[in-house]
Amino acid sequence: MKKKTSIGRIILYGILSLYALITLIPFLWALSSSFKPLSEIVSGAITFIPENFTLDNYRQIFIEEELFPRWMFNSVFIATVGTGLNLIFNSMAGYALARLSFPGKKGLFIIILAVLMIPAQVTMIPNYLILREFGWLNSYQGMIVPSMINATFIFMMRQFFVNFPKELEEAAAIDGLSRIGTFFKVVLPLAKPALAAQAIFVFMGFWNDFMRPLIIMTDSSMYTLPLGLNTFKGQFVSYWNYIMAASMVFTLPVLVIYAFFNKYFIKGLSLTGGK
Amino acid sequence: MSRKYSRKKLQEAGQGYFFMSPTLFVLACFILGPIFYAVFLSFHNVRLLGETAFNFVGFANYERVFDDRRALIALWNTFKYVIIVVPCQTVLAIVLAATLNAGMKGEKFFRIVYFLPTLTSSAVLTLIFMWMYNREGLVNFGLESLGLPTYDFIGDPNVALTAIMIMNIWATAPFFMVIYLAALQDIPDSLYEAAELDGAGPIRKFWSITVPHLKPITSFVVIMGIIGTFQLFDQSYIFSGGSGGPDNSTLTVVLLIYQYAFKTMDTMGYATAIAFMLAIVILVATLLQRKFSKEENLY
Repeated sequence: MKKKTSIGRIILYGILSLYALITLIPFLWALSSSFKPLSEIVSGAITFIPENFTLDNYRQIFIEEELFPRWMFNSVFIATVGTGLNLIFNSMAGYALARLSFPGKKGLFIIILAVLMIPAQVTMIPNYLILREFGWLNSYQGMIVPSMINATFIFMMRQFFVNFPKELEEAAAIDGLSRIGTFFKVVLPLAKPALAAQAIFVFMGFWNDFMRPLIIMTDSSMYTLPLGLNTFKGQFVSYWNYIMAASMVFTLPVLVIYAFFNKYFIKGLSLTGGK
Repeated sequence: MSRKYSRKKLQEAGQGYFFMSPTLFVLACFILGPIFYAVFLSFHNVRLLGETAFNFVGFANYERVFDDRRALIALWNTFKYVIIVVPCQTVLAIVLAATLNAGMKGEKFFRIVYFLPTLTSSAVLTLIFMWMYNREGLVNFGLESLGLPTYDFIGDPNVALTAIMIMNIWATAPFFMVIYLAALQDIPDSLYEAAELDGAGPIRKFWSITVPHLKPITSFVVIMGIIGTFQLFDQSYIFSGGSGGPDNSTLTVVLLIYQYAFKTMDTMGYATAIAFMLAIVILVATLLQRKFSKEENLY
């Protein structure tokens, strides 16, 4: 009996390790290529440890493509501001839908649920024309304002506030705090776990978005990282050492965020996925 | 008394609208407004150069799809993609989650490793895979050393879409795995213990306890998978440099919409009509799936 379970364990570890390897190989291969000189890339030799280890690629990409720092800034700016606005506005809407009564609330809630079902492609073309009318093409607000709320997270925040203890707000009201003051000073600080989970997903959504900047940003100095990376690949078609180095630079920030907020990821997933 | 009450109510309504105001603004300007605008566009021929002009064409944009060879190819490619990728990624996700949940040491390590693709942007992943799919790249090297035939994954129309499918199954399965993992924690251990007493092996336990308990989550995962795969764009855009090639083999419906809307002249209305048809296809697929899984739940 005991022996059987240990064989079972070996099989399980076998499956887990095999899949870990399948997951890691592309990343290791990319990382290794980013440290190889071009001569080693074109030679077609398959080695995971670079024979002539070099950091040149990481230096060179910033010299060859002077817009890299700009793309980095654009991505960081759009993702940070966009996430900040989402956190405030989604929470406000979720709170109103959970706590306050006002005419049209039920209809609004249904509309928000329905919006979840509409694929982005339907609104993409009219949105382009509207942004053009506003003069917001090629601008940060063109990327941020249409996405400064998110139906999924409004819904999630509503669920969170429905279960939020009312007594705290009542105590704050007795202390003479207005409803709006209560929300920002008492309720929001206590919603931190829900906000953290939301922040990660919204940030990643902005950070990795490819299609919207592709449509909105026509001037290369306004590109975000994914778009810039794609252009860079077009210019340096067979310089895979550069392309991989650039890819690694762009992946690092998200990995760092993940390392810090690991536990909120899982929590956030069960919040969004557990409907 | 009643005046005071209604005043309080009025105040609360005011606060409600204040809290909702950013949402209302975006809903009106960038979601609901555009939907009506899209309906309008889909019945018109849109000219953007010079003076913007709209010509009413009735249902012509919708009818045009059926005579458009590229639209039919895009639909067929997307359909193949959904039919293959959704079941594969769902099965892989459930197997990985069940394996990871078996109470092994180092679970945390594996979980972090498996999650890496979810964190990486589609642009980066596609570039990494294009490098691996290279004629003399890592994948062909692996195939060759196993004695298997090699392929020109990026240039050969027969395998290009398959290459994207493999990449995406690899990239999205871990995301759904994490959703399954959360659900697995809710299955009581006593069920497994009872099954063990009855002499059930691990595979039997997986089929008779794990799979049935995960049915509601599977339904959710499949729906999310259908919605996601029907909207495939980034990967085929980067893979083919925006063309959908080689020989239209990586052309998807969304890539076609993008091309008609922003790359060719005077076809914006037509692109909007295709977008509506895609939305309806996704909606029908979702409803069918939901109905299908509900009927099964009755037993």
